[in-house]
Amino acid sequence: MSMIKVEDKLYQNRYIVDENRPHIYIKDAEVCASNCKSQPCTFCCPANCYTKDDAGGVNLVTDGCLECGTCRVICQDHGNVSWNYPRGGYGISYKFG
Amino acid sequence: MVEKFDAIVVGAGPSGNSAAYTLAKGGLKVLQIERGEYSGSKNVQGAIMYADALERIIPDFRDDAPLERHIIEQRIWLLGDDSYIGTNYRSDSFNSERPNRYTIIRAQFDKWFNEKVREAGALVICETTVTELLRDANGKVYGVRTDRENGEVHADVVIMADGVNALLARRADLQPELPPENAALAVKEIHFIDPALIEQRFQVKGDEGVVIEMMGKVTGGMVGTAFLYTNKESLTIGIGCLISDFKERGIAPYKLLEDLKNHPVIKPLIQGGEVKEYAGHLIPEGGYKAVPQVCGDGWMVVGDAAHLNNAAHREGSNLAMTSGRFAAETLIELKKQGKAPVAANLALYKKKLDESFVMKDLKKYKNLPEIMHMSPQFFSAYPDLLNGAAHNLFTVDNVDKKTKENQILKSFAKRRSLFGLVGDAFKLARAFR
Repeated sequence: MSMIKVEDKLYQNRYIVDENRPHIYIKDAEVCASNCKSQPCTFCCPANCYTKDDAGGVNLVTDGCLECGTCRVICQDHGNVSWNYPRGGYGISYKFG
Repeated sequence: MVEKFDAIVVGAGPSGNSAAYTLAKGGLKVLQIERGEYSGSKNVQGAIMYADALERIIPDFRDDAPLERHIIEQRIWLLGDDSYIGTNYRSDSFNSERPNRYTIIRAQFDKWFNEKVREAGALVICETTVTELLRDANGKVYGVRTDRENGEVHADVVIMADGVNALLARRADLQPELPPENAALAVKEIHFIDPALIEQRFQVKGDEGVVIEMMGKVTGGMVGTAFLYTNKESLTIGIGCLISDFKERGIAPYKLLEDLKNHPVIKPLIQGGEVKEYAGHLIPEGGYKAVPQVCGDGWMVVGDAAHLNNAAHREGSNLAMTSGRFAAETLIELKKQGKAPVAANLALYKKKLDESFVMKDLKKYKNLPEIMHMSPQFFSAYPDLLNGAAHNLFTVDNVDKKTKENQILKSFAKRRSLFGLVGDAFKLARAFR
């Protein structure tokens, strides 16, 4: 349910997508699957970029990213997120902010 | 040859724009680098703009700045499940010629401010992300590397105005990492709505505006606040809680926002609006104790990047603009005196912060973040109890007032022991004193 709602919200936003160049990536998929029980990125990310996959791991799609930094802060104990801003000019472009 | 500037300002939000504008006006050769399409395109805030801080930088800003409504009424509400209890302060004296607070739309306001920076003579480059600081063998900062080809630029000083994530300072080990209990994640939406409905629902006319700050049941016991601000033709509604709380409770931020929008006392206020944008942003909430070192050899850090946010009073952009101005004024003074921008000389920036409302206010509330974090009752039990007390008192039902009074006292003592009540009052009073 909530998944659909977030997608509706993100649909209102303007994004300049940097095709095939995600600015955030998961360093080691195994760490998410084995070492992180609660997987907080899957419910804390305001754009729902992180979802649980069938194999018990975490899947990341950065297209809707709001560049807030929550996942960067939240994954500090595992240090498993490589977090960068998109290349200059790409990513979310707020009309109102 | 690599181009050299007196100063490079990274970021074009309120702190960066204030710094770059003041530096350029002071005759320094300034480069400002912004990663977004334009100044404001990456920036998110509620958003309230405090006139005084801007007036000290651009005295006649009211002539052409894109301002939404000036605030004539402030409401603070404690939300219960289907009610609120709170305070309103409204005064016609806020309808002065130079109003004190305005709602703004950041993408428009920052763009305007950045135009002023350009007019003042700074070179502004957008769509360029600064990837790291350039430092010599002694650690002195002498420029930045960007994601452009041959994207190295040199300067006497780099002013980091890159926002709450402060990647540059952290990557250069000039700042520790941001702990989840020191930042709130806020999500918000902008709802476009007929201005006639805003006037009717909030009892305002012309450019008058109302802000509502909320605490209570809607954060589900997490440390956080919600807000509803009136713009000219739109309303912004949002809610934010500590990241550590989101993490512990397993609650999704957009779920809270939906609950807030559907709350029976909020829903009628936003009804009929059309959502045009959804935003998410971090807010530095650690207060005084979380402020890092703000300057060193060849560098200064301003605004959110320096954790300069007064969470107790929901003030941020004024601290940002003031810190940006101080950083610039420091540099201008040093330049005049022919002093090098080494740590000992740039410490003048810290002194300016310490002697102003910026650090004085943060210091005043230095214990508040810990108290709030350790006292979830402020965000669940109290809103509940106070709403319940009001409900009991205002329901006329054949029960005498003395009995009602006892019922209310009992409800408080039951949820929170008498000892706890006194302790909370004491803690809160001390934190705010």
